[in-house]
Amino acid sequence: MRALVTFVYLFLYTPIVLIVLFSFNAGRNASEFVGFSTEWYGKALSNAFLMEALQNSLIVGFTSAGLATLFGTMAALGLERVSAKTRAVFDALFAAAIVVPGVVIGIATLVALVEVFGLANSLIASVWPGEAPPRMQLGFGSIIAAHGLFTMALVTMIVKARIASLGRDIVEASSDLYATPMTTFWQIVFPQILPSVLAGFLLAFTFSFDDFIIAFFVAGSKTTLPIYVFASIRRGVTPEINAIAAMVLVASLILILSARFLMRDRTANS
Amino acid sequence: MVITQEFRKKLVTLALIGPAGLWLFVFLVLPFIAILVFAFGKRAPEGGYQAAFTIEQFANLGSRAAAFVNTLMLAPAGAIACLLIAYPVAYYLAVKAHPRHRLLLVSLVVVPFWTSLLVRTYAWMYLLGARGIPHLLELIGIENVRLINTPGAVLLGIVYGYLPLMIMPIYVSLEKLDRRLLEASADLGARPVSTFFGITVPLSLPGVMTGMALVTILLLGEYLIPQLLGGGKVFFIGNALVDLFLQSRNWPFGSAIAVTLVAVVVVVLMVAMRIAWRFAGTRQVDLV
Repeated sequence: MRALVTFVYLFLYTPIVLIVLFSFNAGRNASEFVGFSTEWYGKALSNAFLMEALQNSLIVGFTSAGLATLFGTMAALGLERVSAKTRAVFDALFAAAIVVPGVVIGIATLVALVEVFGLANSLIASVWPGEAPPRMQLGFGSIIAAHGLFTMALVTMIVKARIASLGRDIVEASSDLYATPMTTFWQIVFPQILPSVLAGFLLAFTFSFDDFIIAFFVAGSKTTLPIYVFASIRRGVTPEINAIAAMVLVASLILILSARFLMRDRTANS
Repeated sequence: MVITQEFRKKLVTLALIGPAGLWLFVFLVLPFIAILVFAFGKRAPEGGYQAAFTIEQFANLGSRAAAFVNTLMLAPAGAIACLLIAYPVAYYLAVKAHPRHRLLLVSLVVVPFWTSLLVRTYAWMYLLGARGIPHLLELIGIENVRLINTPGAVLLGIVYGYLPLMIMPIYVSLEKLDRRLLEASADLGARPVSTFFGITVPLSLPGVMTGMALVTILLLGEYLIPQLLGGGKVFFIGNALVDLFLQSRNWPFGSAIAVTLVAVVVVVLMVAMRIAWRFAGTRQVDLV
């Protein structure tokens, strides 16, 4: 059994390690390591299209993860205060946001937004006094909305689990000692849920940063990093892609390890 | 006007859940209604949507039968392949591994799942492609080996991509298993094999069903793996959807396929939940 487990770990990590290794390869073949070179990193980093895609991904990632974390945490707190019926409706919708395949989320958002924008644009055009009325179109907003849907559900799930494990007695003690609900929240509840909120943000950012399929449908004319990588792969596998892939891997690695570090208490207990 | 305590509390609650509720409604419920409407509509001559109420699109699903057959064969096959490898690994992590190493070993399983699937799939594209393993084989005299763009490559990519998601829930259910049951079984004279199949396996079934459901559902909507490792020869529903929405622009038909895909997902989920509930109470799965 040990042999099998060792083999599985090798299976999981060999391709990742090889990609990083060959991103430093002076040659072009995946089978021969000709010599050490950082040439491909230089090429990647001076590629203006790539840098723009990276910037777009960062904008979308930070905004969608930020909004998802804020609204998701608020929802997790608010759902403690509502009737069982309301909670069931929200739980069902959050569950749907998580299990509906990304490809369907992308399509549905695309169809709905194109219809809404079509109506809105003709409405704006009919009342606009000037020559060129502003047009609503797919772009950052639609990617942020679609990513935020999944990640908000994720954040709510994580924060809710943390709230459920909080002791009620400490909150009651606080109010018995005449703390206002606001004081109790900021001094007792918030510090305790903060690690799970931060972990939720990091996971939300990671998801948004790595997502290809949803953005592929709703990005409009914008290019995110995964869309750029996908398009480059289709033009042909090059060592420059290895360098980009290695950098993406390291970025995700840092994010997920930070998230796990923040959630370590919960992990150690469960 | 006097604002009562009760009213104020309600207002705060509304402010807390309002944004999330609005987001869910505008970007989940409304879009889903939109594709339902499209699915029962007609394709306009120039490629857009034409209002109608017809089941024409659903009746036409047969024309994309290959995508459905591939997906409905390879998604469960991939999930079962994952299960066969994941179970021993999860068992080792939960039962055999030294507690001191356990956290690190579990982390090593979780981390790949949260790194870009695109990059991980690309890694195999690179390794299986002409300049990768086949080139290596040529050097030792084995020529003309074709690995990429085959169903085998897609299955390999599936197992590689989704193995962590199968290991985690099984690990969680095995870790919570009461060791005293195993001792009791051994004390009563059961052989290790009967203890394993009589106690361990049935009690880990909720984890197995959760893993099977998660992996199958994600695979039903998979696009990248068949696209990059199947090279257009192995076509999934996800690939058909990209084609219909972004290339041939037949949105009503694409919507009908998307609605059907969601229906399949719901059925898979319900079956899995029914089986899991029959054997034990469900447990929250740690995906992180």
